[in-house]
Amino acid sequence: MPNRDEMPLPARAEAAKEDSQLRQKRMIADHYRRLAQSPDSGEKNVYTFVPGNLTELIRSFDLLPVLPEINALQSAMRGKSRDYIALAEKLGHSEDVCTYVKCDLGMMKSGNVGPTGERLPDPDLLLLSYTGCFTFMKWFEILREEYHCPVAMLHVPYQGDGLITEDMRRYVVDQLREKIIPTLESISGRRYDEERLREMLARSARAEDDLVAVLESAKHRPSPIDAYFGGVYYIGPIFTAFRGMEEAVDYYRTLRQEVEERLRQGLGPVTPDGAMGPERFRLVVEGPPNWTSFREFWKMFADEGAVVVASSYTKVGGVYDTGFRHDPARPLETLADYCMGCYTNLSLPRRVEMLSRYVRDYDADGLLINSIKSCNSFSAGQLMILREVESRTGRPGGFIESDLVDPRYFSAANIKNRLESYLQMIDQRRMGATA
Amino acid sequence: MEKRVSRDGEHLPGDSLRLLLERLEHLARDHSFTSVRDWKGRGGSLAIGFMPVYVPRELLHAQGVLPVGIMGGGDDLEIIRGDAYYQSYICHIPRSTIELGLNGSLDCLDGMIFPATCDVIRNLSGMWKLQFPEKLSFYLDVPQNFDAAIGGEFYRRTLEELSREMTCRGARSYDAEALRQSIAVYNRNRRLVEELFDLRRLAPWKVPTSELYLLLRAGQVLPVEEFTALLGEYRDAVQSDASRKPMDQARVVVTGSFCEQPPLGLIKTLERSGCYIVEDDFVQVHRWIRGPIREAGDPMDNLVRAFLEDSVDSPIRFIGEQQKGSHLVRRVERCGAEGVVFCSASFCDPALLDQPMAIRALEAAGIPFTAFKFAENNGQFQVIREQAGTFADSIKLWSEVPGHAEPR
Repeated sequence: MPNRDEMPLPARAEAAKEDSQLRQKRMIADHYRRLAQSPDSGEKNVYTFVPGNLTELIRSFDLLPVLPEINALQSAMRGKSRDYIALAEKLGHSEDVCTYVKCDLGMMKSGNVGPTGERLPDPDLLLLSYTGCFTFMKWFEILREEYHCPVAMLHVPYQGDGLITEDMRRYVVDQLREKIIPTLESISGRRYDEERLREMLARSARAEDDLVAVLESAKHRPSPIDAYFGGVYYIGPIFTAFRGMEEAVDYYRTLRQEVEERLRQGLGPVTPDGAMGPERFRLVVEGPPNWTSFREFWKMFADEGAVVVASSYTKVGGVYDTGFRHDPARPLETLADYCMGCYTNLSLPRRVEMLSRYVRDYDADGLLINSIKSCNSFSAGQLMILREVESRTGRPGGFIESDLVDPRYFSAANIKNRLESYLQMIDQRRMGATA
Repeated sequence: MEKRVSRDGEHLPGDSLRLLLERLEHLARDHSFTSVRDWKGRGGSLAIGFMPVYVPRELLHAQGVLPVGIMGGGDDLEIIRGDAYYQSYICHIPRSTIELGLNGSLDCLDGMIFPATCDVIRNLSGMWKLQFPEKLSFYLDVPQNFDAAIGGEFYRRTLEELSREMTCRGARSYDAEALRQSIAVYNRNRRLVEELFDLRRLAPWKVPTSELYLLLRAGQVLPVEEFTALLGEYRDAVQSDASRKPMDQARVVVTGSFCEQPPLGLIKTLERSGCYIVEDDFVQVHRWIRGPIREAGDPMDNLVRAFLEDSVDSPIRFIGEQQKGSHLVRRVERCGAEGVVFCSASFCDPALLDQPMAIRALEAAGIPFTAFKFAENNGQFQVIREQAGTFADSIKLWSEVPGHAEPR
């Protein structure tokens, strides 16, 4: 009998995709190809992070952004992360720490091959936007030792008191003006062009309007979208390389039209296995998804008729549904506000308020937390968040655990069991309410 | 080469030293913070706790506030409710700190300061706001930009905000002269702390780390003036103690324990297994600022400049273009150590993410090392004793350094 590793895998059906998903997949693939070709084209790149990314500023210098978290999650979805993490651990990295870091390092040590199968370029600059996650600093310290390239640090203050003060804003703007912009000028060989940046910021705001309309469509019953699993596709372009670009404006306009059409027809979300059945549960989800078993994870929800109507993960690259828009009239100040406003840069009380508001505004059955072993920024305090949101909304909370890109921490049976128990509890409460 | 045998590092101190050490251990293990309650009972004003690693205690002192270092619950606090606040994969110090808050131990504190150490401590600041809304919960965002006009300005404004918050809670208003005097008081304290560290480097048999550690822990809960007096008392006692003789032990730097502290038993285990700890990161707030802070000129600026220019290299601090691990190599050289023991708390992101880079620097410099993890409530040390003993023996047997290295 062949061992488990040698056994043939069952054929997997091609995932069903909406047009917008196909479109964003093409956009991202084209970007990766462009990066792969950059050693020949002469285009330079900047490695940076999703939370607090300065995409408009980077692209205003004609530099190409590279997002290591996106590379890591792409590696996980392609089944590569297990080996990458094993390699990093073999090199001395602890099993206790962030698996995005280890996956990225393992990918780099294995040839830095991106999702299109082509080698990604070495960084010309590591733009350390230190926003909402302490590990980012360590991550780029590690990469700097590997690539021997410059690092530009942008320290983004944390919203400890749940607000952005003028002092915090000035600190970020000063760093942008005195440190980040001169570094980008030096790397790109171009002068800072504020007018060009303003044009990009105006485009960002247009795309953000459409993104918010898409996310808020989930307030309807049935929701035309899944704002967590489907949501990661929707945020793809705006969280990665395209904010401020015409492609993003076009993408979000098209996506909004598509979602509004689904709304008119009363349709639910499209899952990888086709149209979802009747909407039975409406959930708010806190925490990133698991990427190694993304489709299986989604299916567990879809099979139960559980649709995620709002999620915090879709706010890590920017919180727009509270009214923030990039403002071309205040280019550096608006970038500062954007960075400081990202979800993981919010205080615990603000996160509780936001999640409670989601439960109420989206008329959800409750809050489900997917607690990620790798991510202290998200995870530390989540048990308290759960209790607070339960107490403020009167709706039950659920708790599951997995990891970002380490398949060793995705226990399908355990997660399915906990999810089903949680949904049964919601059902029982409903029956109790109507009895 | 003759194999040198590891020996038990225990001493039998004289009565006065023994009584002092008993008092220190009581202070370190007193989860009721009796000394803080006593201080308040004697007419002290506010007492404000702070988490590791660094807060500018001088500012609190200048406003009549007692800074109280909270280092978790150690190995003798039963966690009853704290575990319900944290998943299993998060370090131990936040759960024991929450436990202390929930069981009333920290009632004597008027607030807590949470410095920007890591995401866990950061998020704990928000949990504190939710759990103890009537108390001050201040997130001290220290700059990672070290330009005086940028990070320095930000830090100054942050300290001014902290000062105002304390005043709102009943502390004295900010007064530049008072801060100048407080800086002088802490400079005297720093000097004595460094004197003891120097003595330990030169004669580690005189100043066992398990004792020095208890002294530093006492300094977390006592007024600085009292702590300074204790440092002097201890120094005099050990210098005059002729019973303390050198033993054949390996000189090591212990690093990685700058936040959650190892249990005292672990430190003793390292010493008993044949290691002289000649440098460490324990209770690092006392040594975060290297050397005295300037006393002339604007005292708030001096506090800010000290942070920007004279802070230790630490995994929680961005080091710009410097080579990671080079600071550790210099520490090893300065104190004449023969090896490094990485002793990091489980799930401590800053320490564990830093470690491979530090190891690379040690390997390049030919410095031997060993590594293990701990939690503050560990109770079994046999495995660590064997590991550390083997490490110490291997240094003594095979180290290329002829004889013991000399401190530089």
